[in-house]
Amino acid sequence: MPVVIVDGQEIEFGAEEQLNCIQAARLAGKEIPHYCWHPGLSVVASCRMCLIETGQRDAKTGAVTMVPKLVPGCQTPVKDGTVIVTESDKVTESRARVEEALLIDHPIDCPICDKAGECLLQDYHFEHGQAERRADLHPFHSRKRDVGPTVSLFVDRCIMCTRCVRFTREVSGTSELMVTSRGAKEEIDVFPGFPLDNKLAGNVVDLCPVGALGDKDFLYQQRVWFLKREPNVCGGCAAGCSISTEHNQDTVYRLKPRENMHVNKWWICDEGRYGWHHLHDSARVLEAGRKAAGSSHRGNATHGGVEPVEWADVVAQLRSDLAAAGRLAVAVSPQLTIEEAWMLCSVARSLDPEAYLALGFVPTTGEDETFPGGFTIRGEKCPNRRGVEQVLGLFNAANTGWDDLVAHVAGGGARAAWITAGHAQPWIETATAAAFANLEQLVVQDLFHSPLMELATWRLPAAGFAERAGTWVNVAHRAQCFRQAIRPPAGVWPEGRLYWNMLGRRGLYDPTAIRHELAASSAAFAALAGDIPATGIDLRIHQLA
Amino acid sequence: MKPTDPAVTWLEEKPLGLAERLYLPLFVQGLATTARHLVSPKVTVSYPEQRPTVGNPLIYRGVHRLNRDDEGRVKCVACFLCATACPAHCIDIVATESPWPDREKYPEAFQIDELRCIFCGMCEEACPVDAIELTSLLDLTGKSREEMIFDKEKLLSVYDMTKDAEPMKSAQYKEELSPGHGAGGAA
Repeated sequence: MPVVIVDGQEIEFGAEEQLNCIQAARLAGKEIPHYCWHPGLSVVASCRMCLIETGQRDAKTGAVTMVPKLVPGCQTPVKDGTVIVTESDKVTESRARVEEALLIDHPIDCPICDKAGECLLQDYHFEHGQAERRADLHPFHSRKRDVGPTVSLFVDRCIMCTRCVRFTREVSGTSELMVTSRGAKEEIDVFPGFPLDNKLAGNVVDLCPVGALGDKDFLYQQRVWFLKREPNVCGGCAAGCSISTEHNQDTVYRLKPRENMHVNKWWICDEGRYGWHHLHDSARVLEAGRKAAGSSHRGNATHGGVEPVEWADVVAQLRSDLAAAGRLAVAVSPQLTIEEAWMLCSVARSLDPEAYLALGFVPTTGEDETFPGGFTIRGEKCPNRRGVEQVLGLFNAANTGWDDLVAHVAGGGARAAWITAGHAQPWIETATAAAFANLEQLVVQDLFHSPLMELATWRLPAAGFAERAGTWVNVAHRAQCFRQAIRPPAGVWPEGRLYWNMLGRRGLYDPTAIRHELAASSAAFAALAGDIPATGIDLRIHQLA
Repeated sequence: MKPTDPAVTWLEEKPLGLAERLYLPLFVQGLATTARHLVSPKVTVSYPEQRPTVGNPLIYRGVHRLNRDDEGRVKCVACFLCATACPAHCIDIVATESPWPDREKYPEAFQIDELRCIFCGMCEEACPVDAIELTSLLDLTGKSREEMIFDKEKLLSVYDMTKDAEPMKSAQYKEELSPGHGAGGAA
């Protein structure tokens, strides 16, 4: 295997691997500071922060010949015998000079800059900059201008790394951003009349190593050091992008992409990025309720004759109501995790061994959309259709969908129905809901009120994506496990907690226990045994082998 | 550090000498302390009839105030550094874009829970624009807990009330450092 020598340490790397010096140094645990280089973008080597010393060790004699001047680590590929020096005096001096040059033109308005706390300019200055300053620096106000509907540009904070420009050219393929003027007067800007308005626009904010590009949705909302980060999975579409949910005191403030080379690489789309606002919508269903049988005249009845029910009572009463009605039909929403889906199916079959199980409503808008950089936004706007289908397969109901269920209920095949949904958008019309009008018991578990919810005898709240825990299977059969990021609002039990209690299990809902049971009992989920890496696992791994 | 740590030196208490065991010399010593305080100048005051004098208002840590700039606007830039530094988590800020061209953001709401506050002065120390200051007001009372949560208007009114008696500390320092030199900027 080829060997690279990083600060005297010999590191082996794969013969097929194409690494630059920054990546090779990482293998040795050394971080070479860099602004303009990003693994997902082309190399420009313009920031000069990653300048290092390199050389070549002669394979026969072992003598090392160094390159006399510093070279950019991002642009220098390594081969067998490459020598990298990341911590010599020459390198340290160069980094301090680069930092000094960048700060001459910088507003140093860190206290009011939203990037402060996660800013590379700050971090590198502490690490590599010099303590005393030779220039007479004064804080000043950065000019600010809108470059698009979601992004603001703070012109003077920019260090001209051009990551954002390269992103719009190479990944989103829309090329809205450009560099205007030259030399010290260089600025990022948009072409007149063509704002930064594409479905991946938010990524330029993540790419910006300093506070030049600001996300309007997050601007001034929270300082980043207050945020807690929970690895999560986006529920916006079937792609199942890895994200990190950034929250504080049970309020989500923003979603950021999490690197996952198998799914979304470094990006997420704006639809997913801003797709958390419904979690904090005041219109959400926030308490479990039951339609009082012909008792709307009673004083304690609330809107529409629905009385609130304590969750502890829901568990027992729901069982007895559904068991009394018999002939149950259940729609298992593709928003549920596989653990929740499996528990729901188990509950249904325990109430009625002949229960009709079907995949819930699958929201779809348009076709899959693929960008030049390979990123794809799926038209199927739910995260777990594959997973729920696999679970339904375990209950011999693999091929029944929402339309089959509606037909089954409309045809009088069921006396009770349990519909799970949890979609952020309105999903059912009055005409479709009418099929469920004549049921003895109708349980609807959803985030928001809908025509179907109006008919329901049991109105149960659902949890949003960041409030769930479990496993979702994306369009490419990759299963990703995640934990609860925030607690649901008071009065809401996540679906898993209700089903866990209805199955008569003890203690707190533990999705990991369910996942291990599933993995042990079915071939389809065998890959889910043990710990799942943060980037997920391909469910077909055993079938392929 | 564990008690078994080699860096810990264990000392034995000295056995009592004759004078200690006799008790009387120590009794006289204690009585002498009492007598000395009887004749020394008083440091206590009969509050609230008498008001204590604040030694140095510059370093006294009383009720907070939010300073105003030359144009009478709140000086705060909503950077949250006081809320970050606050060990009692008693500062609550809602930031928003400022309506003024020379300012990036400003606090839409600024609340200090005076009951929660421990008057450590870290907010004042953290503030990059000298907007929050502790005055020498020391009698802080209220009839309810809600009343003791001071909002932006209340904190600004404390400034209006105390600005003549206690000029802004930053202005005093600035005068000392470079007379006649204006502020470098709000940040």
